Amino acid sequence: MHQEYTVIEGDFVNAGKASSSVKKTLKQLNVNPQVVKRVVVALYEAEVNAIAHAYGGKVLVDIDADKIKMVVADKGPGIPDIAWAMEEGHSTARPEVRDMGFGAGMGLPNMQKNVDKLNVTSEVGVGTTVEMEVNFNA
Amino acid sequence: MFYHALQIEEGRCIGCSRCMKICPTEAIRIFGGKAEIQEHRCIDCGKCYEVCPSQAISIKDDDFEAIHRYSHSVALLPAVFMGQFPDDISVSRVYASLQELGFAHVMEVESAAMIYKDAKEKYAREHPDVRPFISSFCPAIVRLIQIKYPSLTENILPIKVPLDISAMYALEELQSRGIPREEIGLFYITPCAAKVSAVKAPVGEEKSLIDGVINMNLLYNRVYKHIKDMGKNHQYKPLTRQRLSADAVLSTLTNGERRICTAKRSYSIDGIENVMDFLDKLENDEVEGVEFLELRACDQSCAGALLSVDNRFLCGERMYARARKAAERERNGEMARDREMEKYRDYLIEHSLVDEVEPRSMMVLDENIAKALEKMEKIEKMKVHLPQIDCGVCGAPTCEAFATDVVCGRADLHRCVFYRLHLEQEGKMTLNEGRSNMYSVWGDDRISGEIEV
Repeated sequence: MHQEYTVIEGDFVNAGKASSSVKKTLKQLNVNPQVVKRVVVALYEAEVNAIAHAYGGKVLVDIDADKIKMVVADKGPGIPDIAWAMEEGHSTARPEVRDMGFGAGMGLPNMQKNVDKLNVTSEVGVGTTVEMEVNFNA
Repeated sequence: MFYHALQIEEGRCIGCSRCMKICPTEAIRIFGGKAEIQEHRCIDCGKCYEVCPSQAISIKDDDFEAIHRYSHSVALLPAVFMGQFPDDISVSRVYASLQELGFAHVMEVESAAMIYKDAKEKYAREHPDVRPFISSFCPAIVRLIQIKYPSLTENILPIKVPLDISAMYALEELQSRGIPREEIGLFYITPCAAKVSAVKAPVGEEKSLIDGVINMNLLYNRVYKHIKDMGKNHQYKPLTRQRLSADAVLSTLTNGERRICTAKRSYSIDGIENVMDFLDKLENDEVEGVEFLELRACDQSCAGALLSVDNRFLCGERMYARARKAAERERNGEMARDREMEKYRDYLIEHSLVDEVEPRSMMVLDENIAKALEKMEKIEKMKVHLPQIDCGVCGAPTCEAFATDVVCGRADLHRCVFYRLHLEQEGKMTLNEGRSNMYSVWGDDRISGEIEV
């Protein structure tokens, strides 16, 4: 099953729409509640990232009987050093975004903690793509 | 399968569908001109009971006369019961009337409110890794979380509520006086449907100690009539009664638990829609640092309970007035805590632990994920063709609920009036077939003759 959501830059009001919708789907599929929680936390984090730090983007979700794949592809500004950004407390957030309470440098580490597979690719000036996978049967 | 205390009396139901539209868990369907409750979805919140125009929805309760079968019948009252009576009827008079009506003992369950608080806090201290804790107080909320927020069941405090703690106390106390169990009848006076379920099918326990549940409306009528019949000059038997502390009186109202809890950050939320809004956020981990949640299904908590006779705000203010008086006495050092129950404090706290609450999701389309996925894809496809206006003519509350029912084999696609019109236009369905589909949902007496305008 495939689902797509659009994320708009700066639209904090609608942050969490994609993760809420995915949550409902997984509940209907009888996925273990604790697994659902991990998916939702990771996706919410990625969604907020695209809203706060990038210029919006797309969320693509594919669900089959064993796992969920989530791709959050944003438009710019990109992360120059991904390995650095994966460390807790490291952030590339713009000052105005930090003023809003974002950019604590916990986003990517938090995603890593909650998913079984995480792949981040980025090109400065083009955008960042976060690919995540969570298996249903732990 | 799953117990619920609300029931629809077919003879009275006029199939108006008000209940179907208001049910927060989409547990009601119309078929054959009557409303039906899907038991795995019903949490006994009673929204349907409130809107029913023909009193077709009732609460399963026990016969009042059952109290006479025991030489030691105990009335376990919720504090809101006292809040129902006009100001000129005192708490003492209500207690005395209950004894004259046949109860050997009368106690308010909130006398266990402080022991409940201590038991909750003891559990929280012993489980520092689980936060936030959700109060076990409102049984409709416990059931809501079980069916709709299964990932949060582990946050519900597995602690007996004041009702059960006071029942434990009454039993211990009477038995310590040498009264055998079979002569003791514990009767709870219920202000709502969910508490009936909590007694008849407790969550986290095999069986409740309570022997019977009496409808608060029924008892209100009996007590009120008794007081009026006896007149102003009636000499009530003198009795010693417990006095509730201000904290205990307020504990069943909104903020009642929160105002005395020691958690650093807590929220108190009443009204089932508000609770669902909040739990949606909590489930997404969008609420940080919260330690305790007091969640109540009814607006104004138990003052707004289903069987509250009077307006929720009038009832609430009477309880506040009582609490203010109690607080005044407390300030003057007049009122000690309930010393009798204090003797049992350690025993009661130790025995107030129940099993963890288990999830039982209503949302699952199929136990098997692959099959559930298949069903979901069918539902998505079907939804595109449905009108998406949630008219309810199919007998389901929303187009989505209808599509789910069809895919899960619980409803026939031809119940959709828009789809039928399409088929009729295409010549794939006759007018008669269409009409018989309409009758199957709404009964055959809805279409009358022509209307002159």
